[in-house]
Amino acid sequence: MAVAEDRRRLTQRLTALRVAIGVAFVLLAFGFWFFQVVQHAQFKEMAENNHQRTLTLRAPRGIIYDRTGKLLVENRNSFNISIVREHTKDIDRTIRVLAQVTGVEEKVVRDVVDRNRREPSYRPIVVIPDATLSQVAAVTARRLDFELPDVIVQEVPTRQYPDQDMAAHLIGYVGEASEQQMQSDGVTTGSIVGQFGVERVYNKLLMGEDGAKRVVVNSVGREIRTLEEVPPVQGRRVQLTVNYAMQKAAEDAFRAYGYFGSAVVLEPKTGDTLVMTSMPAFDPNDFATGIDRATWAQLNSDQLRPLQNRAIQGRYQPGSTFKIVVATGALEEGLITPERTIYCAGGGTFYGRFFKCHLEGGHGNIALRNAIEKSCNTYFYTVGNMLGVDKMYKWSERLGLALKSGIDLPNEVESIVPSTEWKLKRTGERWYPGETISVAIGQGQLTVTPISMAVMMATVANGTQRVVPRLVKAYDEGKGWVPVPPPPSPFAPFVLKPETTSAIRDGLWLAVNGAGTATRGRVAGRDVAGKTGTAQVISNQGKERARGKTDQDLRDHGWFVFMVPKDNPEIAGVVFSEHGEHGYFSATVAKHVIETYFAQRDGLPLPVLVPPPPPVPAATPARVVTITGPGGTP
Amino acid sequence: MFERRLYHHIDWVLIGAVLALCAVGLAMIYSTTGGAGRVYWTQVYALGLGLIAMAVAVSIDYRSLADKSHWIYLAMMILLVGVLFFGSVRGGSRRWIDLGAFNLQPSEFAKAVLALMLAKMLGEERRPALTNNDLFIAAALTSVPFLIIARQPDLGTAVTLLPVLFVVAYVAGMPMKYIYALLIVAVLSAPLAYKFGLQDYQKERISTFLDPAQDRRGAGYQQIQARITVGSGGVWGKGFAEGTQGQLRFLPVAHNDFIFSVLAEEQGLVGVLVALGLYFFVIMRALDAARLAKDRLGAYLVLGVLAAFTFQVIYNITMSAGLAPVKGLTLPLMSYGGSSLIATLAGFGLILNVRMRRFTN
Repeated sequence: MAVAEDRRRLTQRLTALRVAIGVAFVLLAFGFWFFQVVQHAQFKEMAENNHQRTLTLRAPRGIIYDRTGKLLVENRNSFNISIVREHTKDIDRTIRVLAQVTGVEEKVVRDVVDRNRREPSYRPIVVIPDATLSQVAAVTARRLDFELPDVIVQEVPTRQYPDQDMAAHLIGYVGEASEQQMQSDGVTTGSIVGQFGVERVYNKLLMGEDGAKRVVVNSVGREIRTLEEVPPVQGRRVQLTVNYAMQKAAEDAFRAYGYFGSAVVLEPKTGDTLVMTSMPAFDPNDFATGIDRATWAQLNSDQLRPLQNRAIQGRYQPGSTFKIVVATGALEEGLITPERTIYCAGGGTFYGRFFKCHLEGGHGNIALRNAIEKSCNTYFYTVGNMLGVDKMYKWSERLGLALKSGIDLPNEVESIVPSTEWKLKRTGERWYPGETISVAIGQGQLTVTPISMAVMMATVANGTQRVVPRLVKAYDEGKGWVPVPPPPSPFAPFVLKPETTSAIRDGLWLAVNGAGTATRGRVAGRDVAGKTGTAQVISNQGKERARGKTDQDLRDHGWFVFMVPKDNPEIAGVVFSEHGEHGYFSATVAKHVIETYFAQRDGLPLPVLVPPPPPVPAATPARVVTITGPGGTP
Repeated sequence: MFERRLYHHIDWVLIGAVLALCAVGLAMIYSTTGGAGRVYWTQVYALGLGLIAMAVAVSIDYRSLADKSHWIYLAMMILLVGVLFFGSVRGGSRRWIDLGAFNLQPSEFAKAVLALMLAKMLGEERRPALTNNDLFIAAALTSVPFLIIARQPDLGTAVTLLPVLFVVAYVAGMPMKYIYALLIVAVLSAPLAYKFGLQDYQKERISTFLDPAQDRRGAGYQQIQARITVGSGGVWGKGFAEGTQGQLRFLPVAHNDFIFSVLAEEQGLVGVLVALGLYFFVIMRALDAARLAKDRLGAYLVLGVLAAFTFQVIYNITMSAGLAPVKGLTLPLMSYGGSSLIATLAGFGLILNVRMRRFTN
């Protein structure tokens, strides 16, 4: 009985177990069905995200050439060491080991990682840009040992500027895209975009299209094989209007004589910018792989302001060079003829105040050509007074001295030429006629940029149209060079009277080739026409007071504007030298540039820069004039 | 001892199904470890040893074994205690005896020994109906190895002893009210046990199970990866040795605890259903042996061995799909692990033994 009952119970309970197990297996089968059929697509994608990684292949930027085909900017390959946090278990350990093997400070690495903490974890964080070969070797060895599986070494094209700081302000530099640039340029974090100069303005042309590589990685991030590769497309080749030899000639001359300043040379018919330099400059190579903080801070705090592009951002009094505008305006307005003589007795009285000429004995009876040649202040006080400040403004604007030049570079400042309206708006005061007298010789509230000075010379040279300077001559989308047409000038064309043109040209030619102030700019057989000018750094009284009390260089800035050859100018431009006094030095620079231009044009050997005389010990300016009112100088 | 006619009663079908599962396991180990390497060959040797152990377990009449069960039990307890003192340490726990060629994990064998001990105690023909006293002694006999193994620490293996106790006690006639009471106590005590009874790492595993996303890198990682592995397999799978999750090691210990996930990834739902079917068949076939057993001792022995096996199979497969907290529990017959394979095959030897001798006196 008991046995039978026992059996029955056993059978019953065995059945219960069977049912329970059966239910469990059915539930399991259901679970697998749910994951493998219902949610398959989602998990499949997750598995792919797990083991497939898309690496960006950075596109090399476009190569930049000068107008003669000389290479200005190229690319080299550099190595970036990055951390990919996707499968990192212990980021602190990775940072510690990486810092140790590469000899980089741990804090530096940590800061970079912290800054990018929000980035998606599969995106590499570049912690050591442009790593040295020994750093690369150290990291690669550790990767093989699985010690640093989450650190990768990537070869990336990097900007290279073979001539270092030459034309640095014009060419510009590149750097990691800012938040704003990511939107405007449509790029992702860590992309390298132009930040300054042509690199910035023509970034879209130069940037190219990044490629991508889809690779299979294992759980520790090692690449197993490549699935798919879309090669990057290099940026467009770009040809600048710049002339390498002339640019170099200008910078060599500045450097040889130890001056800072700016030079701009244009082609008067097209607005092609042949030379644009600003000294001192910086080395854009420092930015190519991410500039270090120390260099950046130093560039920013440097009193000489190497980051400032003096050609478009520096404003200085034009001094006597402004007489070209006054003369042109007076001739065109019919106020004088070139033959009109004015008597210079070493100055003149206007509105009850005596204004001095720089030649104490006076120039005597003098006509326009010689007044330009000798830079007679009295002549231009008189003519300027006849013209009035508003006509001066009108002709400044027409010739290119007022407003922005419109060159294709960002952050250009506007040249300021006063007018009655301008003064009223700015100070609420009316214009006093006495102020016109100073302005007539380029002083007073008159400050212009070197680029606008160059535009003025180019316009006077072509005689019909205010030019808009430009920097890009052609680009290549892969099918050969496509010329870029000169930008249309937004300014109305005009025609200078022949006698105006000839009188101005003659006067400027005499200034260089006659008994003028700019004879250092003379080039045999080339008919250079030019004019020097002085931009006061401090008034003469101020100079007197400051004597011995300050270390600052208080010497005046010097201008030299030119066009050559006189009768059918091929080039026109300006050299501005800080503390270059009277423009003698500027004329020397211009001479070297002009000689280089012609030598190159005629296929002759380029001129060799004559070494400067040994430096004269810096002394206080020899000329001490104690006068009231503006002391006009050549 | 081994009469020739017994040979005809050996359940070759069950052996066939068991060996089929071993073959699937070997194939998966081959796949995840990238070919016939050290791990693969170790498993092949273990399979050989396991078959010998199976043969030994078949050949000795289970009744003679049961007669010596108290000695076997005692020897096992001494061995387990010995492991605590002299065992080799791996991964923070002391579970193994270093035998030079390979490491033996005595706790794997403790399950079968406990099954034998409990079967003997509760299944003797002379005994009257099950008393509370019997249940108490059975619980005590279970708790000794349980506590020792839990101290190694190896909670996973220790827990597999509990089904042995419950199933044997259940079929031995434990009153249903106890079963209901046990269920209620289990449900009510779970929060308390969680709070006081578990180590921090165990709590972490459970809490990440409930929300794997809270710890994508740590404990939750394996669980998410297990689901991805299974789910990405689809119906037909990615193909032999083509699984990315296992091959590229996103899933840890793929050849061991997560071998079923790899099967699911590479062979798809089809492979899963085949393997589940095989396991289900093996269990049902073994339950037949219990039903057919000549005596209670035999039936209980089969059920005790089978309880640990079934529990482990169901738990591991649930875990492989990312549906249970990750525990270091292998999948019997398929997972890499010599001791587990040998002990499991020896256990099946006992089951065959009982079935084979259903007609003998």
